[in-house]
Amino acid sequence: MKVLMLGWEFPPHITGGLATACLGLCEGLHAEGVEVCFVVPRARGDEDQRFARVIGANQIWLRRELAPPPNSTRGVDSDGSGGANSSDTESSVRAPNATLASAAQNTVQPPAPHERAPAPVAPRHTFVENDRSDEPLSAYFTAAQYERWLARLAEGERRGAAATSERAEQSFERAHTPLAELNPSREPSSAEPLAHPLPAPALQSPAPAPSAPPRAVCERLEFRGDYGADLFGEVERYARCVAELVATERFDLVHAHDWMTFPAGELAAQRLGVPLVAHVHASEYDRSGDHPDERIRRIEQHGVEVASRVVCVSHYTAGILRTRYHASDERLRVVHNAVTRTEQRERLRTTKSLPEPIVLFLGRVTFQKGPEYFLEAARRVVEVEPNVKFVMVGAGDMLPKMVERAARLGLARHVHFTGFLKGPDVERIYAMADVYVMPSVSEPFGISPLEALALDTPVIVSRQSGVSEVLSNALKVDFWDVDEIANKIVALLRYPALREHVRAAGGDEVRAMSWLDRGRRLREVYGELVS
Amino acid sequence: MRRVVFYFQVHQPFRLRRFSFFDIGAGAERFDQSENARIVRRVAEKCYLPMNKLLLEAIERHGEQFRCAFSISGTALDQFELWSPEALASFQALAATGQVEFLGETASHSLASLVSIDEFDRQVISHAERIEKLFGRRPTTFRNTELVISNPIARRAEELGFDVILGEGADPLLGWRSPHRVYRPEGCEKIKLLLRSYRYSDDIAFRFSNKEWPEYPLSPERFAGWLAALGPREKFVGLFMDYETFGEHQWESTGIFRFMRELPAACLATGKLSFATPAQVGRELDPVARLDIPRAISWADAERDLTAWLGNQMQKAAHEALYQLLPDAWRLARAGIVEPYLEWRRLSTSDHVYYMCTKFFSDGDVHKYFSPYATPHDAFISFMNVHDDLARRIRAALGTLDEEQIAASAS
Repeated sequence: MKVLMLGWEFPPHITGGLATACLGLCEGLHAEGVEVCFVVPRARGDEDQRFARVIGANQIWLRRELAPPPNSTRGVDSDGSGGANSSDTESSVRAPNATLASAAQNTVQPPAPHERAPAPVAPRHTFVENDRSDEPLSAYFTAAQYERWLARLAEGERRGAAATSERAEQSFERAHTPLAELNPSREPSSAEPLAHPLPAPALQSPAPAPSAPPRAVCERLEFRGDYGADLFGEVERYARCVAELVATERFDLVHAHDWMTFPAGELAAQRLGVPLVAHVHASEYDRSGDHPDERIRRIEQHGVEVASRVVCVSHYTAGILRTRYHASDERLRVVHNAVTRTEQRERLRTTKSLPEPIVLFLGRVTFQKGPEYFLEAARRVVEVEPNVKFVMVGAGDMLPKMVERAARLGLARHVHFTGFLKGPDVERIYAMADVYVMPSVSEPFGISPLEALALDTPVIVSRQSGVSEVLSNALKVDFWDVDEIANKIVALLRYPALREHVRAAGGDEVRAMSWLDRGRRLREVYGELVS
Repeated sequence: MRRVVFYFQVHQPFRLRRFSFFDIGAGAERFDQSENARIVRRVAEKCYLPMNKLLLEAIERHGEQFRCAFSISGTALDQFELWSPEALASFQALAATGQVEFLGETASHSLASLVSIDEFDRQVISHAERIEKLFGRRPTTFRNTELVISNPIARRAEELGFDVILGEGADPLLGWRSPHRVYRPEGCEKIKLLLRSYRYSDDIAFRFSNKEWPEYPLSPERFAGWLAALGPREKFVGLFMDYETFGEHQWESTGIFRFMRELPAACLATGKLSFATPAQVGRELDPVARLDIPRAISWADAERDLTAWLGNQMQKAAHEALYQLLPDAWRLARAGIVEPYLEWRRLSTSDHVYYMCTKFFSDGDVHKYFSPYATPHDAFISFMNVHDDLARRIRAALGTLDEEQIAASAS
């Protein structure tokens, strides 16, 4: 079985749990004899290729014919293939900037659909007159419009004609320009793709494929591969590249991780005529509570609706998809995350530099992670255990507010903020901590308690998390019940038997978790679709 | 004539409140008395009252041919006196027939037998006195908490004057031997050991309502037929079970009451079975062999060991911490300050450590069903916080003793 896997992150480039989970699943599938080709937006060349062939959308050559229309743009100089097309018109560059500026604003502050929908129309018209299918994804607010966008994208790819490549180029140009303006220092890294030849034979040649029309040239698109201002533009271009990939390579199944790759997944599955598996690691409702970004919500819902199977990282997440998107149980499957062997480390022999007990919060300091409940619990704990130190590790939009609140609650002496920590420092702080608390408001899975347990630190996790489903021996709380969080923190600090039990029994549970089991489970899900 | 020996265990613990560290030293209530009252009233209504009525009718119908035995824990008796006097009265009505035996046990359904002989003696003796006062006869049969038994426990029961002791007919203990004969534990001179026939007991207590069970639905005639068909060397069948089996674990809708109503007649109709109390069997039969029970066994779970109560670190730590308070609590009691000791006794009820059991995956369902806590960890935390609270009160009270009291407490 050969699977096309689409995901926004892959180790060693990690911003959250997604990358680690993708690698783990690849490991599990590899053991099951499943061949996986994993497409990230931007390959940097150092991706972990042990269990999957990892390629970047930025490495995929898009074919287009050399028939420059009158308003052809500057081209692809910034991706290193420089000057292939030098005809430049100021006007066609300016116009899209205006569009994108508004699109970028939209990303930051999603407007209410009914208010905002007509607004982008005005600037867009001046630019997209010649080809409406090139409307940026970020402009879409209704399901109908989104589907139309998908349909046009698919249609254009099928035609494979000059018009298509023109759209591609325009789209690229539009998307690229503000990026360059935002971050000109990124220029050197954009040459990377050339330094790393594509591993796939089908994609090896930058020269026009033998079958290509005589006057065709190839181009590659640029990606940041993060979640920055141009995310929607990247989602669109990523879909385009993946569609190009499946024109030259067969797969038995397409598996897309999270909404960023759902459009690409749907497109690829459609073109290949194979089933789509949509994998939800986090839903928009986890990230944003009751105020989802309407564009993301649409994409997510659509992906969930069209996929043959929807894999969730927990029953908790499956429940959200059931209520929010009316996903049916026949298509919902749960494959819990696990921990990779590198996370199952021996306890670090860290000498504690502080004599006081340490209670740890580690994660993005955002609404989803519930940092304010941590502080409220801290306030209660220091009433009876004034020597306890609370450490909040991580960055995020709520960090300044949390610092202020800690001061207001009179916790300045007790709470320490470290900001974002990396690798060895993270392990050190886990090992130093006496208690790890994950008070998440909504956590589809939440791998960090497993990491804490692997480092022998007892954990308290919110019941509103997927990880609580796989850990019998973590202490569990409702995130809003700050009295109970405090009670359990104090109990762990005061009662060594409880600490030892959670450490030992919870640690055993973590060590028993394996991506190989998860791979087997996922293979079963595939088996329901492909013989 | 083969003897059918029914013994029913009646027990209710004093469940704790969710007691957080804020409550420590704040004079907060430790026990969830509204919940305890609610539960004992519910169980009385669904089980104790209808079953006692049913058994009384059986005695009226069959005269001396029907007999059975009860062991009622001291904490259950406390709760009857507090919240369900009619349940107590209905047990007394059974006692008045003279055909129902009431057994001896530890007053607070504790595991004292494993830790403190002194406390074990105190609990057994005080309970025996109470049973005599309430039901008119001092117990001569002993059953330890959860049927925990070992050579020394049986020996101690013998020294305390009991003629018969009950135990679990566990396979590792018996080997090829039959659970349906009388034994004598190693190291004992005269006490007789009657074992639970787990196969036939569990047919009623666990399998009765299980639709997957090939024998479902079980009729009284068929069950009586099995007991009647046993070999000639099988002298009695010990049907020992929780009384809450009837109406609580097996709901009325399963037909359990009808089964029990018709069972005595069905057994007697075979002509080969009759009913007896444990004391009666002890008088009638002599031991066929000695049984060596070096390690304590119980009637719980598949393992028949103590791991349901003292299996994990939390349970061991809680149990140990509790018994560390005992000497001081008892000193205070002797000096005339009994309240901490009485509370200590309620904490010594085995259910508190049972709630901390983490054997989720094999026997866990049973544990979960009976636990008022969401998780074993919650049980541990509340218990330890209450323990801390009690420890503070004991320390404070010790500091207030005058010379006369100190002399009394040391005696």
